[in-house]
Amino acid sequence: MHPAVSVIFFTVASGAGFGLIFLLGSGFPVGGGAGRAFFVSLIGGGLAVAGLVSSTFHLGHPERAWRALSQWRSSWLSREGIAAIATLIVFGFYALIWMVTGERSTLLGALSAAGAAVSVFTTSMIYAQLKTVPQWQSRLTPVVYLGFALASGWLIAASFGNSDSSEIWGIMLVVLAWAAKWAWWARAARTRLGDAGSTPETATGLGFIGKVRLLERPHTGENYLTREMVHRIGRKHARILRLVALVLGCLVPVAILTLVGMTGAPAFLNLLAAASMIAGLLAERWLFFSEAEHAVSLYYGHR
Amino acid sequence: MTSLPAPPEKRLGLVIDLDTCVGCHACAVNCKEWNTGAGASPLSDVDAYGADASGAWLNRIHTFEVTPRDAPAQIVHFPKSCLHCDDAPCVTVCPTGASHKRGEDGIVLVTEDLCIGCGLCAWACPYGAREMDPVENVMKKCTLCVDRIYSDALPEEDRIPACVRTCPSSARHFGDFNDPESNVSRLVAERGGIDLMPEMGTRPVNKYLPPRPKTTERPSSAAARQAEMPKAEGGFLGWLDAALEKLG
Amino acid sequence: MKQISRAESGADGKAEIRKTTCYMCACRCGINVHMKGEKVHYIEGNRDHPINKGVLCAKGSAGIMQHYSPARLKKPLLRTGKRGEGKFREIEWDEALGLATDWLGKVRSTDPRKLAFFTGRDQSQSMTGWWAQNFGTPNYAAHGGFCSVNMAAAGIYTMGGAFWEFGAPDWERTELFMIFGVAEDHDSNPIKMGLGRLKERGVKVIGVNPVRTGYNAIADEWLGITPGTDGLLILSLVHELLRAGKIDLDYLIRYTNAPWLVIDDPDAADHGLFARNEEGVAMVANRETGMVSASSLPGVKPALKGQFTLADGRKATPVFELLAKTYLDKQYAPDAVAGRSGIEAATIRRIAAEIAEAAFEREVVIEQPWTDMKGERHERMVGRPVAFHAMRGISAHSNGFQTCRALHLLQILVGSIDCPGGFRFKPPYPRPVAGQPRPHGGACADTALSGPHLGYPRGPEDLLLEADGQTAERIDKAFSWDAPLSAHGLMHMVISNAHARDPYGIDVLFLYMANMAWNSSMNTTSVMDMLTDTDENGDYVIPKIIYSDAYSSEMVAFADLILPDTTYLERHDCISLLDRPISEPEALCDSIRWPVVEPDRDVRGFQSVLLDLGARLKLPGMVDEAGEAIYKDYADYMINHQRKPGIGPLSGWRGEKGDKTGRGEPNPEQLQRYIENGGFSMVHVPEEARFFKHANRAWSDWAIAHGLQDGPVENIFQLYLEPLRKFQLAAEGKVKPVPPEHHRDRIRRCFEPLPCWYPPFCEDSLEESEYPLHAITQRPAAMYHSWGSQNAWLRQIHGENALYVPGEVCDHAKLDDGDWALVTSPSGRIRVKVRRMDAVNGSTLWTWNAIGKRAGAWALDKNAPEATRGFLLNHLIDELLPAKGDGRRWANSDPITGQAAWFDLRVSIRRDPDQSAGLSLPETPAQEGPAASGPDTVRFGLEKAL
Repeated sequence: MHPAVSVIFFTVASGAGFGLIFLLGSGFPVGGGAGRAFFVSLIGGGLAVAGLVSSTFHLGHPERAWRALSQWRSSWLSREGIAAIATLIVFGFYALIWMVTGERSTLLGALSAAGAAVSVFTTSMIYAQLKTVPQWQSRLTPVVYLGFALASGWLIAASFGNSDSSEIWGIMLVVLAWAAKWAWWARAARTRLGDAGSTPETATGLGFIGKVRLLERPHTGENYLTREMVHRIGRKHARILRLVALVLGCLVPVAILTLVGMTGAPAFLNLLAAASMIAGLLAERWLFFSEAEHAVSLYYGHR
Repeated sequence: MTSLPAPPEKRLGLVIDLDTCVGCHACAVNCKEWNTGAGASPLSDVDAYGADASGAWLNRIHTFEVTPRDAPAQIVHFPKSCLHCDDAPCVTVCPTGASHKRGEDGIVLVTEDLCIGCGLCAWACPYGAREMDPVENVMKKCTLCVDRIYSDALPEEDRIPACVRTCPSSARHFGDFNDPESNVSRLVAERGGIDLMPEMGTRPVNKYLPPRPKTTERPSSAAARQAEMPKAEGGFLGWLDAALEKLG
Repeated sequence: MKQISRAESGADGKAEIRKTTCYMCACRCGINVHMKGEKVHYIEGNRDHPINKGVLCAKGSAGIMQHYSPARLKKPLLRTGKRGEGKFREIEWDEALGLATDWLGKVRSTDPRKLAFFTGRDQSQSMTGWWAQNFGTPNYAAHGGFCSVNMAAAGIYTMGGAFWEFGAPDWERTELFMIFGVAEDHDSNPIKMGLGRLKERGVKVIGVNPVRTGYNAIADEWLGITPGTDGLLILSLVHELLRAGKIDLDYLIRYTNAPWLVIDDPDAADHGLFARNEEGVAMVANRETGMVSASSLPGVKPALKGQFTLADGRKATPVFELLAKTYLDKQYAPDAVAGRSGIEAATIRRIAAEIAEAAFEREVVIEQPWTDMKGERHERMVGRPVAFHAMRGISAHSNGFQTCRALHLLQILVGSIDCPGGFRFKPPYPRPVAGQPRPHGGACADTALSGPHLGYPRGPEDLLLEADGQTAERIDKAFSWDAPLSAHGLMHMVISNAHARDPYGIDVLFLYMANMAWNSSMNTTSVMDMLTDTDENGDYVIPKIIYSDAYSSEMVAFADLILPDTTYLERHDCISLLDRPISEPEALCDSIRWPVVEPDRDVRGFQSVLLDLGARLKLPGMVDEAGEAIYKDYADYMINHQRKPGIGPLSGWRGEKGDKTGRGEPNPEQLQRYIENGGFSMVHVPEEARFFKHANRAWSDWAIAHGLQDGPVENIFQLYLEPLRKFQLAAEGKVKPVPPEHHRDRIRRCFEPLPCWYPPFCEDSLEESEYPLHAITQRPAAMYHSWGSQNAWLRQIHGENALYVPGEVCDHAKLDDGDWALVTSPSGRIRVKVRRMDAVNGSTLWTWNAIGKRAGAWALDKNAPEATRGFLLNHLIDELLPAKGDGRRWANSDPITGQAAWFDLRVSIRRDPDQSAGLSLPETPAQEGPAASGPDTVRFGLEKAL
């Protein structure tokens, strides 16, 4: 699949944002006064909104984006839009009340947290529902999305919050999220199109004659399908990126958290861990798309 | 509504005969020509005279080489457009209701004014039947020439999709798959029409008729020897005399 | 007269439909052009049309993009830069025509030979030829010489017609169909429709072609033959059929020269000719009495074997015995030809058996009485339902003429010519040599030629030679010893001969619709050099070039004066029975094009321009006694021109009342009647005249009544072709004129009167190990020659080409899919991208024809893939073969007709050590237009709200 920058940024940023919202709504301790409350809420909401806005860059007609809210009964994309907007509204009230009164409404917090979880889940289901990409069509996909959202949200929260010596939780979240991703990768490696039972032979129905191989594409140049769905990535390239994702997304944050946790260094150092993890997640998400094999590629020479 | 309708009364679609298709691209180009002037917006082309020309097409002809284990490789020309699936995943993923399957005849369509161009339906389709228009930025797909098949302005015989009307070798057939007596149902029954990627669970309406078996032989096969003609009796000149005799 | 008409409203019920004829390839289908106001909106096939019956191919459906192409020329142009640069200034038509008249007038009043007028994909040859005849130059032809003249000439000489416009398989009745090397555009839609019909009927299709795409992909059996060996395969089938006695003797006796007696007198000047009586009628021997009598006598039971004594005491043998001896020889046994042709011996035997089974066990009978030319009445029409079709794949070889003849021999032996289920002639065919003109030459200042340029020589006496009996009269050396039966001329030799001033230099080269500076020449690079070469004074060796084309092609850049033509939707044309008709076996048909839209540029239809030039030059037939133009334009000519009294370009609605077909006075309403009828005329042949037209009295009467022939024409199929024997006799020195010494051996060897096979000439001079592979092109179904590349839709389908290489060759040369390879022939080297393929003859490389373009041509971006990655095989092909021992370079052509032997090409391939460049070679420097580049975005149909 073509790794579109807008979609990569969207899933990573809104994931982190909703992760943060989830934690705040669940009562993640945040010290300081209204200013801190405003600031941390703004980051959570801002990331989520920035991601959503970014996702509209991917649209051919962003001015019609509001129409996407209509088909919640059947469409995960529609559900995601509704969940995200509803969550942001509820969270907005939550944050407002918090800033103004200093009180954190348990009800609105719980609703925000639940909404954030649902938002991330629906995002993940946009991909996990697609039979055409067997590597995505897995229960692990929502687990990974939720895990990364929570871990990256936690890192941000921990930079602004005043939770003492809670880094162990952060380390656990990061490691668990990557463990899920590791499992996802392992599954993806054995869930290529062919493993899922789709081959040029089934794509053409010609397997009863013999081995099928593309001789000529319909057109000599590229087209929307080849650009969008038949993206190819070199193996070496993929290995390097996976390393980058693991180092920036996992090792560096864990190292920083460990440092902070063991030395009592200032919590805002966790911000570095968050930034590193988000950078790693951008690489991870790039691979999520570019390594994905879409069934259409079977009509374009892929085996 | 992007939920799928109850099983439609009619199931209109195409039968594509891979035993007859010579890969001439006639259907694809006539489709482009008809539909660029028929839909809500043109089927655009970008860099049309440049180094990287491309455009929106609703039908494309692939060419596959198929190699049996014990016979020479053969070529199959393979037209591909929307299969108007019974369980069309492109419909249910659509967030706006632009993508829909009609209750009355099962045709899968995109209402262009509702389409936000998110591309998710194209991702959901295993067949590559949907293409984003590079200029109009909405999703384009085969409409089964819905503006032809019900058109009062067209003579009865022309109320068929443009690709079917133009196909020189009659490799394309249009009809109602719910009617067991229709031409398409009969062809599918007689020739063993196949589904593309049945494992995707899309239950395509369009069916492909597989290539008929080719004549192949191994040089030493008994059948080949049997097929040979015996030498004329009495040698050639003897045969000639007898044959002339018979002519009188 | 039965004609059909149909309602004229567009698909949306509002738009108007204008019906005309397609010109996206040579197929000439009927099209319905849907209009939105004065804009072309949609083009579909015309259901009533005899050629396409409603269907339309990819090219035809992309006609809109051709019509609105940015490469269209806009105004007459005069060259300002150097030849080949493509720099011009726009001039007015008056200046352009004045200049052309001045150049041409000087030539005509001094030496008309100094004009070489050649037209390429011309569909108005009866008119352009008539113009050239009245101009008085002997140097005229169209493009048949490098296309398929072997096929056409072999068919005419053998039976009065070949494939495509001459005849078609009986799709409705045949029981076995075999198709050899057919280019996609040669009867494009009818063949696809026919194959579809055969599939529906469950009839077996056998494809013979080195490449298994297109028609061969759907063939039930594919014979991946080695190029140039089709003749061997066919003659081996003949061998098998003879051996088994599976031939139609009755048919042979009735309709062929099988019983004719051939003189056996080795030292005589007529050895090998037919024994004839004083009236020139060939003799046969009575098989019961041995008496020799005229073959024309009814009731004779002629002998097919034996030796007979003629009245003068000499011996003679029936053709059939010579034929049987020749083909029963073991050199044609399946085992002997299997290795060379790449077809298993067992397969050849089986296919022979299948042909015999279909022909003789599945006879088709139509209960239709008919009377033959000898007056014998037949109660029914009995057919041998085996049909064949073939085209350039077998003809574009140096052994192509004999191979095409061999195929006709096979058809005739099983009795499947113009019978139910077999091959059927299309009116006005059959038209045997007896009904065809001889070639005409001679050139005198200010004088018209005495007859048409092109014709069918009966023997050496009909050649166009100077008084020395050796030097060619024509610039292309057609009808000379180089190519005696070159019935279509030799367009591919014009530029190189004119450049070499051999046999003489010319002053004006006048071309129409022929992309000679690119894909229509062998050895494109050297042709470009010849066009730009200068003499010792710095003048161009070919001094003046006038070119007419509608588009900014490669050839445009090399012309001095451009006369811009219209698109096919803006013009009048007639697809005439005098030319290359569109009839179907059961109907006499012709058609027109008419301007369904007016040009929006300052361009004129070429034929109208030619008539204008003719009037300015005061050519006979084009001006009246007062010197005024007779024809206002081409439309006027189409209506009013008469070739013979009552016979004009169009056959429909003749006569003052428009009620006559074929013969009749001009009808001023004629074009209107064509337009009302959908652009064509179709008149059905009577039931009794529909088969056995070569010998059918009802057909003969009908053809005469409709002006197709002047009187009865005897059409005995020529299994043994006497004119060839006459050339052999000349080469043997037994009759005069005698060919030059260096031609004699080749004529003796190749001009066998019975079809023969010899290896393609290029194999004489090359080392098998050095160039072990064949390289050929195939026509893509969605692109016609070069002009599809300006088409925004078609160029997406074929924007570049790769070389398809057999898997084994790839493995041997360590080539991977997508690698760049160097391909070398004795005359050149190219760099191309490789694609691996297994469904191809193991020693044959191939690519799509004419996809490669010169940068800057056709209004394409200079980095268009057509120019950067596309390529032509033409760069590897020379019009001459490498020098032989005597230093002489032979034409790379068939020695009989001169047909360019494109498909004889031999090459070697290796991986390019440098894989980084990503460009095909050779790289030709870009031309500057003259058309500007096209728009970035095409949104055709946007204006539908109109």
